[in-house]
Amino acid sequence: MSWKTLKDELAKHGYVAADDLAMALHLAVTIGKPLLLEGAAGVGKTQLAKTLAELFDTRLIRLQCYEGLDAASAIYEWNYQRQLLSIRAATASGAPGEDIEDRIFSEKYLLARPLLEAILQDKAPVLLLDEVDRADEEFEAYLLELLSDFQVTIPELGTITARTRPHVILTSNGTRDLSDALRRRCLYSYVDYPDRATELSILAARQPGIEARLCEQIVGVVQALRKEDLEKKPGVAEMLDWAAAIAGLGINDLTDDPVELQATLVCLLKTQADRAAVPIEVQQRLVGKAA
Amino acid sequence: MRTTRFPDRQTMSERMAGFMAHLRLNGLDAGMPENETALAALGAIDATDRNEVRLALKSVCAHGSEGFRAFDDLFDGYWLNHGRRRERAVHRHDGERRPPRATSKIREMMQGRTGGGIPDMPDNDSEGESEGGSGRLLASRIEAVRRADLRGLTTPEELAEAEAVARQIARSLRDRRSRRRRAARRGALLDLRRIARRSVAHGGDPVELLRRRRPDRPVNIVAICDVSGSMTVYARVFLAFLQGLVSADSRTDAFLLHTRLVRISDALRDNDTLRAVERLSLMANGFGGGTRIGANLKAFNDQYARGMVTGRTVVVILSDGYDTDPPELIGGELARLKRRGCKIVWLNPLKGWNGYEPVARGMAAALPHLDLFAAANTLDSLAALRPHLQGM
Repeated sequence: MSWKTLKDELAKHGYVAADDLAMALHLAVTIGKPLLLEGAAGVGKTQLAKTLAELFDTRLIRLQCYEGLDAASAIYEWNYQRQLLSIRAATASGAPGEDIEDRIFSEKYLLARPLLEAILQDKAPVLLLDEVDRADEEFEAYLLELLSDFQVTIPELGTITARTRPHVILTSNGTRDLSDALRRRCLYSYVDYPDRATELSILAARQPGIEARLCEQIVGVVQALRKEDLEKKPGVAEMLDWAAAIAGLGINDLTDDPVELQATLVCLLKTQADRAAVPIEVQQRLVGKAA
Repeated sequence: MRTTRFPDRQTMSERMAGFMAHLRLNGLDAGMPENETALAALGAIDATDRNEVRLALKSVCAHGSEGFRAFDDLFDGYWLNHGRRRERAVHRHDGERRPPRATSKIREMMQGRTGGGIPDMPDNDSEGESEGGSGRLLASRIEAVRRADLRGLTTPEELAEAEAVARQIARSLRDRRSRRRRAARRGALLDLRRIARRSVAHGGDPVELLRRRRPDRPVNIVAICDVSGSMTVYARVFLAFLQGLVSADSRTDAFLLHTRLVRISDALRDNDTLRAVERLSLMANGFGGGTRIGANLKAFNDQYARGMVTGRTVVVILSDGYDTDPPELIGGELARLKRRGCKIVWLNPLKGWNGYEPVARGMAAALPHLDLFAAANTLDSLAALRPHLQGM
């Protein structure tokens, strides 16, 4: 599959990717390297992983990173309760200590968390490490082994190597700088806000029911809003929400009812300051330009 | 654009290795592993299509958003007919023409600083320079240097002193006393809560005296230095100053500001001075050009502030406040920065002049948002900052 067919396939599944993103994804899939996606919130980084899983008809294993995420909840943990029960049962029956030890440190007593689970699959899954910049630097170090060799070392069991190579996608919002070591193990793509034509096709793919003229207006307003001085610029996800809201309210033309339209802006503007920055006059100006 | 003509005997992998070296010189992290991946990537695509190769190498070699943006120019610079000259590879970022001497100017500066000799400065009119005086007291000379306007400082020793002062300031800024108190082995205050608890063991007599104190909390410094045309005479010393700040603490970040905003902390930290000079000179395209303080502050707020600026940050801006952007922009952006809870210090070399009034409209708009507005035209005035900063 060439990158162009991948791009077309993604588009069929409702994800319109820019050229560089499609190429990065194509390479990630063909040469088996993780793909690191950076970009503002709401440009569709997470969605790409979901669509890819859909496209390959495989499992999506998702690990949402957060501050304080540790190996026990990301890679594996021993099932302590079962181990304790097993020890109690074995001592009661008088089994020798070594036997017990062998038994309780076997795979049966291992709880696989997302990262281990991903390399144990028979069909290569899509492994999404979402917002990896939120996790601590220590956690990045755990990732390094997994991402370069696709193996996990468990001291009591030895090294578990991947049965199939998962397609790994990491996303980052730039909360903190990722380490160079991690960056260098990944292919990289920066996902920007889509341009007008791309955004139109995204809207057409995700909300097929909306007529073309209204689509133009919606995308025009959102594109203009991104040029305004806002704290949080509306992303693609917000644009789709807004379009759904407008379609749901049965608005056919954005110029019809300014007051109602102003109320729908809650879908796009998510802070008090941004709401204040776009009063009804500004909204009218933007709509007027887009219409 | 035609493709660059390589010598025939060069194999593909040699050319690719050359490209990696080219990227490395321009500040991207590219080496053996990237080379390998790049060759593997070429196998997965149509390697005769220029655009495909560009996209593929981009995803392999760009490891961050900065590299991602610069990559296209670097690619053209090597593979297309620009030839292999580094200087030309990256300069066409925003389509404006860079004066050709800018690169050599900053290189000269940095090399002068690292002991390469004394480059001549055209407006060397300071009174503190007493060349050739053999029997002069060294101390008085140093004194004079410290009071001389920074425009006159040129020799490596003087620059070294600027660095030293910068380090002192960085140190004085670094620790800020916390408002909370913590248990400690020694401290000015008695920790009554723990004393009461321990006294239980002695039947209610406070035998053990436990103490607590206010621990030091580190402060992050972010320094933004204006190197536009109006500031060139000060730029050398300020660069040394930035280097001092950056070397004193690994959390410090430094930026240059002219028509664009460039992050130079990594380049300043480079141990290999020659390479640091190369990197800096490449980053300083537009050095000595116009100023866009407002737009650059906006870029800083948009791109970097989220990760760098917290309530424990001091943002130091070195600029004369002459701006080609509308002044409201500076005011607005500083207010936005301020909302992150940081302290903002503005060092203005012009303020040290007699009768200076902040009439530059940008400066006037900035004033209400500053925690400290101070002169920065002599080393003494830089050194005098210490007590102010400590109190902040």
